[in-house]
Amino acid sequence: MNLIEVPRELDERGFDTLVNALVASGGGRVLVDARRTRWLDPYGMLGLLAVGSVAGRSGERPLLQLPAAAEVQSYLDRMGFLDQAAEIYELHGALRRGRGARGLEKGSEVLLEITPVRSHADVHQVVDRVHERATVLLAGQLGYPRSEAMQFSVILSEVCQNIIEHAGADGWVAAQTYSKTRQLDRRVVRIAVMDVGMGFKASLASTHATRYGDRWSDATALEAAFIHGLTRFHDPGRGQGLQQIRRNVGRWGGKVSIRSGTARIADVPDYDDAPPLEENLPPFPGAQIFIELPARVAPAGTPAAAGSIQRRGGAR
Amino acid sequence: MNGSERVVPLRFDLSELVRRSVASLYSHLVTRPTGRALRIGIESQIAELGAICVSILDFTQVVVLDYSCADETVAKLLMRYQQPDRPAEAYFIARGVADRHRDALEAVLERHGLALAADVCDVGPVLLGTASPAEREAWAVLETLVRADAAGVAGALGASPREAGVVLDRLVERRLAVKQESSGVYYALSGLVAPAP
Repeated sequence: MNLIEVPRELDERGFDTLVNALVASGGGRVLVDARRTRWLDPYGMLGLLAVGSVAGRSGERPLLQLPAAAEVQSYLDRMGFLDQAAEIYELHGALRRGRGARGLEKGSEVLLEITPVRSHADVHQVVDRVHERATVLLAGQLGYPRSEAMQFSVILSEVCQNIIEHAGADGWVAAQTYSKTRQLDRRVVRIAVMDVGMGFKASLASTHATRYGDRWSDATALEAAFIHGLTRFHDPGRGQGLQQIRRNVGRWGGKVSIRSGTARIADVPDYDDAPPLEENLPPFPGAQIFIELPARVAPAGTPAAAGSIQRRGGAR
Repeated sequence: MNGSERVVPLRFDLSELVRRSVASLYSHLVTRPTGRALRIGIESQIAELGAICVSILDFTQVVVLDYSCADETVAKLLMRYQQPDRPAEAYFIARGVADRHRDALEAVLERHGLALAADVCDVGPVLLGTASPAEREAWAVLETLVRADAAGVAGALGASPREAGVVLDRLVERRLAVKQESSGVYYALSGLVAPAP
C-alpha cells in the first residue's frame, strides 16, 4: 500500500505535492491520507478526485482517509465531495453526516457544488443553477457591473465545454467564494475545472505537433491553445472560448491557469507570485484549470475601475 | 432583387426558438450543439418561406449567450448566406442586443471578419463586427435615409456617386443592405422590417 499524505491546506499549490507522491508511488494500491487536512478549496477537492481517478487505473480501488475535523467533513459534504469521492475511493473515517460545525465556511459561500461534467446537457445545468446566484454575488459582493457579472456564466460554460470537446473523458467543476485568501485581502471567487483525459498535448497533436517538431511538448501545446487559441479543429471559429475567458479574467484583474501533463501556463495578476509558465512538473493526465476573480478595488475618492489591478504581463 | 420581388420579414425569438429546437427545457444560449440546433431551426424556416427575407434575430429574452453558441448560430448563419451557393436569399439583423450579448457577438463576428446590423438596447442601430470606416459610414447614412441611390448617399458622405456606389455594393455583397437592381436604389435592412414593438 502506497501512502499519499494530503497537505494541511490543499489548493492549486498543494496539488503538485499530491501528484509528486502519486508518481513516486509507482503504481499499486494507494491510500490518500487527509486526516490532517484542515482546508481545501475547489481546486484541492477536485484535485483529490482526480488523483483518486488516476490511482484507480492500476485496477485497485484507492482508499481515502477523510479529514478528521468534523467541520472539514461537513464542508466536504456540503460541496458534494463525499458523494463524488465515494464513486472513486473506498472512504474511511467518515463521521455521521450533518454533525459537523460550519466554522470552516465562515466568510465563504458555496457558489457551485462539485458537479460532474459529462455532456453538453451538464453545461446547461451548471449555467442554469449558477447564473442568478453568481450574477448577484459578483455584482453585489465583488463590485462588478451587472452586465460584466453576467459574463461569469459564459466563462463557466466555455471552461466546462473544454472538457467535453477536448478531454475525451469526464470531468468536474466547482466554485466557491472567500472573504480573503493568502495572497489577497479581498473577496474572491475561485473556480476549478478538472478532467483526467487526454490533455492538451494529445488533443492538439494531430493538427499541430508536426509544425513544432522536436519542440512539441506539454508546454508548447499549452502555449498553442492558451496564447494562440489553436485547437485540433480546422474550424476557425474554435478556440475562442479560452481566449475570451482570458480576456474577461484579465479585465477583472484575476488569475487563470491551466495545468496539463508536465506543464502549467497562467495569466498571473500582480498579487500572485506564480510563474507564467512552469515545465517539468510531475506528470498528470488531463487538464486542471484554475480561475480566481477578485473583488474590484475602488481607489479612494474615485469610482471603481474594472481591471484596475496591475498585471504582470501574463504568460510569455 | 428585381422590381417585382417582395422582401418578407421573418422574426426569430431566439430564446423561444431554443426551447422549440432543442429537445430540453434550456433557457440559455450556451454550447455548440444548442447553437447548431438553433441555426438548423432558422435555416429550415427560411427555406420554407421560399422568398427573399430579412430575418430578425431577436435577443431580447436571451440572458446568457456564450461564444460557442454565438459562433454556431450567428457566425455560421451569416457565413452560409454570404456564399454564392447560399440556400436562399436571406439577410439578417439583430434586435434586442444588450451589453451582456455584445462580447460574444463581437468576438465571433470579428473572428470570421463578419458584420451584423443590430439594434442595440439604449444605443440604437449599430454595425457589429468587422467593417471598414467607409462601410460603417455608408451603412449609417443608409440607416438614416432608409432608402437611397448612390448619389443620395454620396451627398451625405461627401464622396462621388461612383465611390459611394462601390461602398454600397460592398454592403450588399456582405448582406448588410439590399439593392433593387432595376432602380439602383439601396435599402437599409431595418427599413424592410417592421419597427421593434
